Amino acid sequence: MNEGDFRAAVAAGLIGAEESHRALLQSIVETARAIFRAQASSIFLLDEATDELVFEALSGPGDETLVGRRMSSSSGIAGWVIATRQPLVLEDVAEDPRFARDFAADTGYVPRGVMAVPLLHEERGLGVLEVLDRETDRPFTLDDMNLLALFGAQAAIALDLLTKGRRASALVSGGEDEAEAVVRVAAALERLEGVERATARRLLDALGDVLDGRSPRA
Amino acid sequence: MAEEPYADLPAWSIHAGSVEHVDLQGDWPSPLTREWAIDGATGAGVRVCILDSGIEAGHPLVGEIQRAVAIEIGDDGAPNLIDDIVGDVSGHGTACASIVRALAPECSLISVRVLGAGSTGTGDALLAGLRWAVEEGFDVVNMSLSTTKHLFAATLHELADRAYFGGTILVASAHNMPVDSYPWRFAAVVSVGSHDGEDPLEWFYNPTPPVEFFARGLDVEGAWLNGATMRYSGNSFATPHISGIIALILSKHSGLTPFQLKTILSLTARNVEAA
Repeated sequence: MNEGDFRAAVAAGLIGAEESHRALLQSIVETARAIFRAQASSIFLLDEATDELVFEALSGPGDETLVGRRMSSSSGIAGWVIATRQPLVLEDVAEDPRFARDFAADTGYVPRGVMAVPLLHEERGLGVLEVLDRETDRPFTLDDMNLLALFGAQAAIALDLLTKGRRASALVSGGEDEAEAVVRVAAALERLEGVERATARRLLDALGDVLDGRSPRA
Repeated sequence: MAEEPYADLPAWSIHAGSVEHVDLQGDWPSPLTREWAIDGATGAGVRVCILDSGIEAGHPLVGEIQRAVAIEIGDDGAPNLIDDIVGDVSGHGTACASIVRALAPECSLISVRVLGAGSTGTGDALLAGLRWAVEEGFDVVNMSLSTTKHLFAATLHELADRAYFGGTILVASAHNMPVDSYPWRFAAVVSVGSHDGEDPLEWFYNPTPPVEFFARGLDVEGAWLNGATMRYSGNSFATPHISGIIALILSKHSGLTPFQLKTILSLTARNVEAA
């Protein structure tokens, strides 16, 4: 396999991963919406480079072009949730005109109620899951709060996979010099066979040990 | 206690009707009652600092605030304290202020806005805001927030201890998600989870920390932006209930230390009775 083919093969796998991870996020918002019998649900990814929250998945009113739209992480409900790592449930918010305007500008939809939970992976804040306008024929309960946290834990794993996949894609597509070198070496290794391949593998293991600060294995 | 459907989640919340009784150990010189602790108290003379998203001054449910500052992250990455002319950037700080005000109507409120510096600047802003609040010696600091960054944990811990010994009581929201977060896990702070009762002056003591107290946190009505009101749920709203109750205690019994306040809160909790 030449370098181009190798790159293409890895990229194809990553593209498949991106689609799977997107489908998983979509499934989470649709399930959350169904379980809470809500009007809408969405997942935002935190873009740390720009300090913005980006729509990654949406179920409910609002068209699909919302995916990819960005909003500030420095203010608003989702901004508070991602910054403080605390979940939040608000109801009957229609009285606040600024709240309604902000939401309408962001989503094209003005909710009366918002449930928002931070998506956390280890110590990182990855994004926010929101459920809009849950069915309010009964009061919100502690069990609802726990259920929301469980959905948040699941969505965080999906978001972590998505961001890792994108990082790998960026590396394979040749954005960084070190990654270029790794791709070249991996493609060359793929072309070797038998003793040559085993020797090259031992050499790479030794290099790995040196880079890790360990003594090379005998 | 009734079996919970999500029993393996951290103990951050409790059904008000299923709280276990705690037998009081040892001989106490006299019963320490809620009446002694808070009856007739207004919060007068107590300074409560709200470390949050800012406060909308003049909101009908908040009234005037004594001072408002904000932490701004400079171009060099260093946090600077400035007078806050922005106010509340989310609504949450105003909500917390209104809960404290409802319980302790005559307390002084101080706003430290640590939100607005972008999500990546919040940790630094949080530390700088807390450091200022501790140095100012406010009586109560309400922290309805947390950080998951290990980098900040040691500094937060040091600040929590400094507050504890300096007579400033930190009241912090417990986390209801399976992640490590701070400062609520530290022994020097008062950590708060939610119960689903309706009485804002009902609190429970939890003998199995890290969550030490539960206060009203479900379907609470209070202030939001632009003079509005809203109903909300979450540990971040249970926390200002405990801050308000502490303000009441302090206004009636000045000079109490954080450990004395914790003792009074536990002895007067609704679920604690003499054995």
